[in-house]
Amino acid sequence: MDNESQYSGYSYKSSHSRSSRKHRWDDNWGETTTVVTGTSEHSISNEDLTRVTKDLEESTPLECKRFIGPALGGCLSFFALITPLAFLILPQVLWRDALKPCGTPCEGLYVSLAFKLLVLLISSWALFLRPPRATLPRFFVFRCLLMVLVFLFVASYWLFYGVRVLEPKEEDYQGIVEYAASLVDALLFIQYLALVLLEVRHLQPAFCLKVVRSTDGASKFYNVGHLSIQRAAVWVLDRYYNDFSVYNPAVVNLPKSILSKKMTGFKVYSLDENTTNNSTGQSRAMIAAAARRRDNSHNEYYYEEAEMERRIRKRKARLVVAVEEAFTHIKRLHEDEAGASPKHPREVMDPREAAQAIFAPMARAMQKYLRTTRQQAFHSMESILTHLQFCITHNMTPKAFLERYLTPGPTMQYQQQSGRGRQWTLVSEEPVTSGLRQGLVFSLRRLDFSLVVTVTPLPFLRLGEEFIDPKSHKFVMRLQSETSV
Amino acid sequence: MSFVPGQPVTAVVQRIEIQKLCQGENLILGFSIGGGIDQDPGQNPFSEDKSDKGIYVTRITPGGPAEVAGLRIGDKIMQVNGWDMTMVTHDQARKKLTKKREDVVRLLITRKSLEEAVKHSKGSHPRQ
Repeated sequence: MDNESQYSGYSYKSSHSRSSRKHRWDDNWGETTTVVTGTSEHSISNEDLTRVTKDLEESTPLECKRFIGPALGGCLSFFALITPLAFLILPQVLWRDALKPCGTPCEGLYVSLAFKLLVLLISSWALFLRPPRATLPRFFVFRCLLMVLVFLFVASYWLFYGVRVLEPKEEDYQGIVEYAASLVDALLFIQYLALVLLEVRHLQPAFCLKVVRSTDGASKFYNVGHLSIQRAAVWVLDRYYNDFSVYNPAVVNLPKSILSKKMTGFKVYSLDENTTNNSTGQSRAMIAAAARRRDNSHNEYYYEEAEMERRIRKRKARLVVAVEEAFTHIKRLHEDEAGASPKHPREVMDPREAAQAIFAPMARAMQKYLRTTRQQAFHSMESILTHLQFCITHNMTPKAFLERYLTPGPTMQYQQQSGRGRQWTLVSEEPVTSGLRQGLVFSLRRLDFSLVVTVTPLPFLRLGEEFIDPKSHKFVMRLQSETSV
Repeated sequence: MSFVPGQPVTAVVQRIEIQKLCQGENLILGFSIGGGIDQDPGQNPFSEDKSDKGIYVTRITPGGPAEVAGLRIGDKIMQVNGWDMTMVTHDQARKKLTKKREDVVRLLITRKSLEEAVKHSKGSHPRQ
């Protein structure tokens, strides 16, 4: 007979741990409890929020899948590069005496072969040997196509080589060298194809993408070329980290106090004989009644906004003054001043100590400002100190130091350098390897927000021409009116 | 064609009769006028004396009634249907030309070549 009242919720979302109370002295405790609806059962403080996000970031394991693609590509290209050399070396090793000597043409072919291989090597290094920036959900079609092409190509060359050269122990060495040279030529052309498909084709802009963040409506427009949906998603995410201001879950549009008043003002009683529970009818009636009622929540919102604005400005003014004053306490010690005044020795500090010395007077103003603008989750004391040290080292003015805190910067500014990467989910109604086309909509989802991307094609431009003779610019004063009758 | 204030204006004029052409609901004459006592006489390209504030013909529609009747660009209009055109505002001139009740306008115009022609004829045939 113990009534347990438990707070439901996931364990990592609530800062109150599961509490089970046993009320032995009141058996009826559970029956007379009034349950308060309208407030959420999950409560979370800001420290928990940061801790949770950090946990989730680091918990994605280092996937080996990330390196399979490049490893495969690397092996294939190594195989392809070794092949011509193998073609040349194998006859020399196996049946050197039977080979017909070939003079100048072979030497010319050797040189050209060597240089072409060098060019292939360098351009492969430049173009393809880069650490991959993203793992795509499906195969990257062009890259797979090219790898299959290279593989088939080299395999067929080996096949022919095996049948025509190794089996009958071909003696015409010049022919073999020419065969190897033709392979290298073809590899160069495949690389050209790879360059065009992977790097060049998507450079010419063809579509305009509108990216909107679902939580606060921040939006941007980008121009992209012909890409598949997954590649366009990677492209958008690259730009997202630079262009969009960081997502702050603590900033909401309408404060809860105003929103909650609207919906919980009415209770609906149905006085019908038949007690069919028409829930949609009820909610509609509530909404209609709420709309008709003359409420002043817009007023409250307006004044609340104005008040908040004023508060932020006041705190900002205090912060700016505090920082300016703090910066006047230290100055850079120049080399020649070091030994100038032995009578008044000044304590020489390194940047870290200097930062700690001047942090104290501005700490309070900084903390208050961050709390008012709800940025305190993004800046810890340690990070502020590090930034201050950085600014002092590079002779920055107080304004430059404050730039980081006065405006919410792009998401990139707040990233920790972890090698684990960010997990994004691509949500789309079309298969993600299909190309972009008009009217396509896909979204990129993260844990607590998503980016919705809409595709529109760029308009076709019809450019006309009109020639103006530079001598035709003539003007007269117009004070005479002329009427036609 | 300059005038001396206080003295009557003398000029050699030509009579031109223009039949108005009915175009839709408008009656048009087929030329444009410029000038008037409320306009800037210095802008007039056709006047000899740049202080002349008379009404001048500035444009002729090719093939229109005015051209057919013999009006030429640069002519100065002295009278329209008996109304004087040497001391009128631009708008008054326009009104006298575009009266809806009349379908014929009789103009007295003057131009430089008329004077020359008269001088030539005078010179060649000296009057006694």
